[in-house]
Amino acid sequence: MKDAFGLPQSLLVLGGTSEIALATARRLIARRTRTVWLAGRPSPALDRAAEQLGALGADVRTVAFDALDADSHETVLGKVFAEGDIDLVLLAFGVLGDQAHDEREPSAAVRVAQTNYTGAVSAGLVAARALQTQGHGSLVVLSSVAAERPRRANFIYGSSKAGLDAFAQGLGDALHGTGVHVMVVRPGFVRTKMTAALEEAPLATTPEAVATAIELGLRRRSETVWVPGALRVVMSALRHLPRGVFRRLPI
Amino acid sequence: MPAPRTVPVTGWGRTAPTAARLIRPRSYEEAAEAVRTCGARGGIARGLGRAYGDAAQNAGGAVLDMTGLDRIHAIDADTGTLLCDAGVSLHRLMEVLLPLGWFVPVTPGTRYVTVGGAIGADIHGKNHHVSGSFSRHVLSFELLTADGGVHSVGRGTPLFDATCGGMGLTGVILTVTLQLQPVETALMSVDTERAADLDDLLARLSATDHRYRYSVAWIDLLARGVSLGRAVLTRGDHAPLDALPAGSRARRRPLAFRTTRLPAPPPVLPEGLLTRRTVGWFNELWYRKAPRARMGELQPLAAFFHPLDGVPHWNRIYGRGGFVQYQFVVGYGHEDALRRIVARISERRCPSFLAVLKRFGDADPGWLSFPLPGWTLALDIPAGLPGLAAFLDELDEEVAAAGGRVYLAKDSRLRPDLLAAMYPRLDDFRDLRARLDPHGVFVSDLARRLAL
Repeated sequence: MKDAFGLPQSLLVLGGTSEIALATARRLIARRTRTVWLAGRPSPALDRAAEQLGALGADVRTVAFDALDADSHETVLGKVFAEGDIDLVLLAFGVLGDQAHDEREPSAAVRVAQTNYTGAVSAGLVAARALQTQGHGSLVVLSSVAAERPRRANFIYGSSKAGLDAFAQGLGDALHGTGVHVMVVRPGFVRTKMTAALEEAPLATTPEAVATAIELGLRRRSETVWVPGALRVVMSALRHLPRGVFRRLPI
Repeated sequence: MPAPRTVPVTGWGRTAPTAARLIRPRSYEEAAEAVRTCGARGGIARGLGRAYGDAAQNAGGAVLDMTGLDRIHAIDADTGTLLCDAGVSLHRLMEVLLPLGWFVPVTPGTRYVTVGGAIGADIHGKNHHVSGSFSRHVLSFELLTADGGVHSVGRGTPLFDATCGGMGLTGVILTVTLQLQPVETALMSVDTERAADLDDLLARLSATDHRYRYSVAWIDLLARGVSLGRAVLTRGDHAPLDALPAGSRARRRPLAFRTTRLPAPPPVLPEGLLTRRTVGWFNELWYRKAPRARMGELQPLAAFFHPLDGVPHWNRIYGRGGFVQYQFVVGYGHEDALRRIVARISERRCPSFLAVLKRFGDADPGWLSFPLPGWTLALDIPAGLPGLAAFLDELDEEVAAAGGRVYLAKDSRLRPDLLAAMYPRLDDFRDLRARLDPHGVFVSDLARRLAL
C-alpha cells in the first residue's frame, strides 16, 4: 500500500531498462519500496538493472515483456498482479527513433508509433484494469514535452507521445474516483543514453531530477508533472505561437 | 439492503484515498451477509472514520459502515452498565447517559467515534493515568467472525485481548456491554496552569497528576530556546453538584449536556494556511491567553474534552493535501528520548498547533493496545511539509530505541519492519488471525501496509 506521502511499497516498471525508471526505482527503494518488477525484453541490461536494484535492498524480479506484442500484455501483466498488489506502475518504455531515417522508411516510423503509442495503450489499459480491481495504485506515464506541440525536428516521436499523452489524460479522467491515480510526466530534454547523440536542448534535465519530480507528484497526487517545472510555462507559450512563427523557431 | 456503492475512502487525515464498496448493514443478519459475501479482497468495519490513517479503508474490497447499527439496548441506571450496538457514537451515549447521571468511562479528543471503533483502537483519554484505556471498562462484546458466526467474548480471553486494539481485524463487533462512570453534573472543574519549558512541564505533571482524574497538556512545539516545550496544563474532574453556584442555570439543570457547533470550513481550502508563521502566531496567542494559574473553573464537558468537535470537518483546514498525525509513547525513564524528540520537532519547525502531551498509567492487556506506562506526545503535521516522510522515520527510530511505540489508529506511514519491535505481541496476533480467519476475510489498507 502507498503511505500518506504516496510512497509505494511495490513497483512495476514497464520498460525495465529505462534510465528514468531506474532512477525513480532507486529513489523509491530508499523510501518504502521493497518489491520491484522490471518488465522488458530479456537482455543482459535488464538483468544488470535488476541486480543493481537488488543490491539496494529490494526484492527484484524481471519479467519478459514486449511493448510491440500487445496480445501478450494481458497474460504477462496478469501474472505480475496475481503475485500481489502493485502500488505503482511506471509506464516507461519508448523509443526515440531516427527522424530523418524514419521519414524515408515508413515501416520504421510505424515501429516508433507502435511502441510509444499503441503498445502503451494496450499495456496502460491492462494495468489500469488491474489497478482498478485492487482499488488503489498509481499509474505513472512517461510522456514528453514533445507531446505538447509537434516540432519539425522530431514529429514522428512527438506525435506518438502526443497520442500517449492524450490517452493517459483521458484514462486519468476515466479512473477518477476509482482509487486509481494516473499521473502524466512530461520531461524536457533528459540526459540519457537515448539522447546521447542529440544536441542538448535548453532546460535539459537528468533522470534523477525526473525521479524527484515523480516522488513529489505522488505525494501531491498530481495529474500532470513537468520536469523541470519551468517547462510548463515555456511550453504553454510555445503552444500558442502561430504556426508560421513556430515553424521558423530554431528548435 | 441497497446496492453497495464503490467510493473513494480516506481516514480523518485525508491522505491515501482508496476505493471500496461501502455497505451499510441495518441488521446483524445484513452484517453477517456482508461478511460472507465480501469477496476476495475481504472487508473491514468502519465507524465514524476518525482514525487518521488507513485503518478503516479496504482497497478493492468491502467497507462496512457500522453507523447504521446504532441502538442502545439497555441501561442499568443503578449499576451503570450499558448494552448497545457497536455503531453507537460516544456523542449519542453522552446525550442519553448524562441526564441519568452517567458518563462514558473513557473519551478521546472527539466524541464522534463509535463504541466499536473505541474497542478496535483501544482508545485512551485524558484519564488514562487513572482509568486505563477503553477496553478496561468493556465487560463483554459480541463479535461476528470470518466464518459468519457470532461469538460472545468475555474479558480475559485471547479473543478479547486480540480484539481490543486489534483494529477490526479479528471481526466485526456487533454489541458491547460497558461499565459507565457516575457523575453528578455535566460540568468539569478545571485547573489551568502554564509550564515555562519542557522540564517544568514534566515536573508538574509528574508531581501532581495523581490528584486529577483528567490531565492533559497542550504543548507549543514551535517554541525554541529557553521556552522549548512550554505548555498549558488543563487538569480536572467532574464537578460535584455542590460546586455549582446556588440558583444558577447550571445548578437547576446540572446534568444537561450542552454543546456548541460552529459552521464547518468550506470543503475546499487553499493549501498553506497553516504555515510556520501562522501556527507560530496561534501558539504564541494560545500560550499567552492561558492563565498562569486558575483553579476550579467550571467548564462544560464538551469544552473540556472535545474543543475541536465544535468545528465540524475541522480536518479540512489542512487543504486537499491532508495531514499526518504522529503519536508515540515512550516509557518512564526514557525522558531523554522525549526531550530529544521535542527538540528535534522544534528545530525542524513543524507547524503543529494541535500537540498534546500526557502521562499514561498502567497498560491494558490488548495485544496491539497502544498505551504503556510513560509519556505520550501527539501532533498534527500537514502532509505536504517537505522532507516529512524521512523526518518521521527518524523519530520512529528514536521511539523504537527507547522501547516505545506509535499509535496504529493514527498511523498512515510507519515503516513495517519496526512494528514487531514496537508491539511484542504482534506474532500472537498474527497467529490468532491465521487460525480464526485463515482466508483473510478481514483486511484493511493498514493491515496490508504493515502486514499485521
